[in-house]
This record gives sequence, structure tokens and C-alpha cells, in this order.
Amino acid sequence: MLAQFLQFLFSGATVGATYALAALGFTLIYNASNVINFAQGEFIMLGGMLAVFFAQSGLPLPAALVLAILIPAIVGIVVEKLAIEPVKGAETVTLIIITIGASLVIRGLTAVFLGKGTHSLPAFSGDTPIEILGATLMPQSLWVLGVTAVVVVVLWYFFNRTLTGKAMLATSYNSLAAELVGINTSKVLFMSFAMSAALGAVGGILVTPITLTSYDVGIMLGLKGFVAAVVGGLGNGLGAVVGGLLVGILESFGAGYLSSAYKDAIPFVLILLILFFMPRGLFGARVTDRV
Amino acid sequence: MQKRAYFGLYIVIAVLAVLPLVVPNSFYLDLAIRMAINAVIVLGLNLLIGFAGQISLGHAGFLGIGAYASAVLPTHFGWHPLLAMGAGAAITGLLAAVLARPIFKLKGQYLAMATLGLGIIINIAIRNEAAWTGGPDGMPVPAMGLMGFELTSDKHWYWVVALMLSVSVWASINLIDSPFGRALRALHGSEVASQVVGVDVVRYKVAIFVMSAVFASLMGSITAHYVGFVTPNLADFFHSIELVTMVVIGGMASVYGSLIGAVLLTALPQALATFEGWETVAFGAILMVCMIFMPKGLVPTLAAKFGKGD
Repeated sequence: MLAQFLQFLFSGATVGATYALAALGFTLIYNASNVINFAQGEFIMLGGMLAVFFAQSGLPLPAALVLAILIPAIVGIVVEKLAIEPVKGAETVTLIIITIGASLVIRGLTAVFLGKGTHSLPAFSGDTPIEILGATLMPQSLWVLGVTAVVVVVLWYFFNRTLTGKAMLATSYNSLAAELVGINTSKVLFMSFAMSAALGAVGGILVTPITLTSYDVGIMLGLKGFVAAVVGGLGNGLGAVVGGLLVGILESFGAGYLSSAYKDAIPFVLILLILFFMPRGLFGARVTDRV
Repeated sequence: MQKRAYFGLYIVIAVLAVLPLVVPNSFYLDLAIRMAINAVIVLGLNLLIGFAGQISLGHAGFLGIGAYASAVLPTHFGWHPLLAMGAGAAITGLLAAVLARPIFKLKGQYLAMATLGLGIIINIAIRNEAAWTGGPDGMPVPAMGLMGFELTSDKHWYWVVALMLSVSVWASINLIDSPFGRALRALHGSEVASQVVGVDVVRYKVAIFVMSAVFASLMGSITAHYVGFVTPNLADFFHSIELVTMVVIGGMASVYGSLIGAVLLTALPQALATFEGWETVAFGAILMVCMIFMPKGLVPTLAAKFGKGD
């Protein structure tokens, strides 16, 4: 009983950590530009696929991983420069379609160059499971959770203790005011895309040894990351992390105790319920609209 | 305004009447039918997105309900196809009406999320209830008929959808010019201001959402009968996005933009089929380029350029 509960908790938290990284990516871009980046899931996919590609082509694993984070970050920058910056201030639907166009291009190019097969990475530190109270925990899960925790701490430090981070925060509160005090908001926009693409790629790489990857895994991962970001209240970094873990854990419990066939529906039922009762997510600020 | 609006309608009717005489073969007739079906759905969706300013990223879900009502009810319960189609529309309308109130308290990104979630839940339900729906493989749909006459040939279907499209265009033009349409445009402009002058904002949003959902459901039924087979892809997220893209590429808040958007995006995958393997890349790139250079969509951009109102 307890063993089963723990088992669901471990697997849920592991997947949830990936959602949390994706949700942080959504949050960064949303804060910098009010854009919901529907290509976020493709960065997760790209991280995993590139890591597999470089590892298989004979590069040592650390080098392969670095490249698999750097390239998605560059892709993120290219998307921002070519597609987002020229249409600053366009309607939400227009921006949504642009990012969906970008996601199709990324997915299509991956299918053309890396193939449509399903791939896996070897786990970073072996496959010997760790027994905890009758449940088993894979070492790779510890990697996922550990790296996510490190990323969260680094981001916290970045946003609260460095000038660049504070400039990004300021832009998210009021970009006009930020510009007036001399912050280069277009640099902020560009950094937020690079960072959120890198975050997504990190999540994609970490989770590949557990869940496998292929050119089309980005859609669902991205949408669930979006759910996680909204659960926590869009634009709230802490909310994104909590939202990600919550979505992952509830999905895992739902699949285990209720119905595994409806596993993918659980995050969406959850988000509808939350939005119906708390229209701004769990941690969303109460705001009054100015007319 | 009124006269010019009807002028467009006459052109649409004329094109629809001449088209079957000039299409070279059944492949193009089939394409024309699918364009017309999409055009009706997009007209409804444009009322919601373009005129009322509310996003729906889950409309394919409503389409799926209609399509599967037309497949499941006649197959498993022996219902008459027309009755099944009505039932599908009724279920969709009811679902949309019940969910619309909590959904339309939301705005912008949150509204996008809620409608997206709704569509995905419907799609997952269709995929999983394999005993009824055939699961991911889909299921065949019995032919549509009335009083011994069965709609089977593409020619017959063409005239049915052409009639539906003409009626929808006529209805849209009139709706936009009615007090209802003015209320929708007012609440798009400013919700608070329209509330102040006495527009019941929530009631109008709910009404237009239900209406566009029912449009989608009816056309889902038509698609199911016309193709003779339904698969869950009809109701998936990507199809929802395709429909929204048709609205935006053609031009938001433009009746004729909806038609152009539906025609172009239905034809595009066919045209791209020659790019073996590169279709997805080309499709995505075209979406981006269109939106970057014409964020308002084709028809409004061209209309502004040539100095004519829409």
C-alpha cells in the first residue's frame, strides 16, 4: 500500500520536474513579452533528440549534453529574432499562430534530419534501482529532481541577486517603465527565449533515459508544461515549479489509482477545475483591470 | 454597407454555381467540398474570434462530437442520421452552454488554456472509448439519406454543402449588421464600456460561443457522412489550430476572409504534398511568414492596401 503510493509519488515527481522546467520556460517568455510560446515543447524534444544524436555519433556524453542544450538555445534566439520581435504587440491569436508555426518548423526539421524513430539515452549513473520502503527509485529520477532543484536555485539567485536578472524582472512588471530607466528590453526578450529554450532542453535530456524520445513528443510535453504554468498562475516562477510537480504527481496518481487510459486527460481536467474556481491559478495575483 | 456586403454574397453564389462545371475531375470536386465544409466552420469560429474577440483552441473537439454522434448513434442504436446529427448538435450546444459561463470569466491566455483543455479531453475520450468509437483507428459512418434517397455521389454532396455555405454567408452578414452583431463588436472593443451602455456581456459571449460550437458540430456530422469514416484526428489539437489559423490568415472579423482562409489552408497541404517529407516544415514556415507580414490576415491587409472597406 505505502510502497505503491511511494512508487506513484516518485514517478510523478520525476515527470513533474520536467513539466516544471517547461513551465518555467513558459513563465520566462510570458513575463518578458506576454507571448505564450507554443514551441516550448519542441525545445524539450530537441534537447532529448540532439543528446541522443550526439551521443550516438561518438561524442563523450558531457560534450553531447552541452551541445544539446546550446543548440536549442540558439534555435530559441533565432525564433525570437526572426518571428517574435518583428510583430511586437500583435494580438494574442496572431502570436500563438506564429509560435505554432515555429514549432511545426522545428518538429519537421527534426523529422527530416534525425528521423522519425524512437530513441533512448543510457541513464547517467547506471540502472540499479534504489529501494525505499518497498518502492523503487531509479537513479535517473534523482538526476532529474536534483538538476531541477539546482536550476531553481540558480534562477532564484539570478533574478534576485544579479543586475541582469533584476532587469528582466523589472521588464516583466512594466516594460515601458523598464525602458525609461535604461533597461534594454529587447535584450531581455532575447535572453528570455534563449534561457527558456535551454531550460526546456535540459528537461528533455534528463527525462529521455526514462521516457524515451522521438520527433513528436514535444506537443504533449509542451501543453502539459503550459498547464503547469497556468496552474501556478502564469508569470509566477515559484508557481510554475509547484504547478509542474503538482501536475506530474496528480497525473501519476490518477493513472495508478483511477485509469491509466485517461492519464493524458488528467492535467487538462485539473486545469479546467482550477480555472473555474480560481481564474488566475493557484498563485496568481489578484489584479483589477484598468479601463 | 449593406449593398456592398450582399455584392460579395452574389459573387460567392456565382462561384459556387459555376465551379462544378469547370472542375476537371473528381479530385478537385472533393477538394471543393472540403473547402466549403471548412469555410462554414471558419465562418462560425470567426464570429467568436474575430468579432467577439474570444479565443477558442478547442473547436475541433466540438467538430468531433458532431462527427462521432453521426457515426455512433446510427451504428450502435439504429438512429436516423438526421436525428443523430441533431442530437450531436444538441449535445455540443448543451456542453458549450454549461461550460461557457465559467470559461468566459477568463480572458486571453487563460481562455486559450481552458478551451484547449476542453478540446483535448474530448479527443482523449474519443480515443479511449474504443468499444463505441473504434478508438484510434476510427469507425465507418452509415450513409446519409432521406425518404429512400441516399446521398452518395460527390455531386450531390457538393450541392448540399454549397447551399449550406451560401446560407451561412448570408446569415453571417446579417448577424454582423444586427443589434446582436453590434453588441459583439462593442464587447470586443471594450467590455466595460459595452457593459456601461447596457450590453449583457456574458450572455452575448455565451450565445456566440454556443452558436459557433453548434456550427462546428453540424459540419462535423456532414464531414463524417461525406467521408464515410471518422478518426480521432478530426478532433485533435492540431485540427483546432488549423481552424483558428484559417480564421487568422484569412482575416479576423472578415466574412470573406474566412472563406479565403478556409480555401487556402484546405488546398495548402495538397499543394505541399510534392515536398515529400518537408510538408510540415513548409506549412509551419508559411504560417509564420503570413503572420509576420500580415498580422491582420489577407483580406483586411489587401483591403487596406487598395483603399476599400471590407
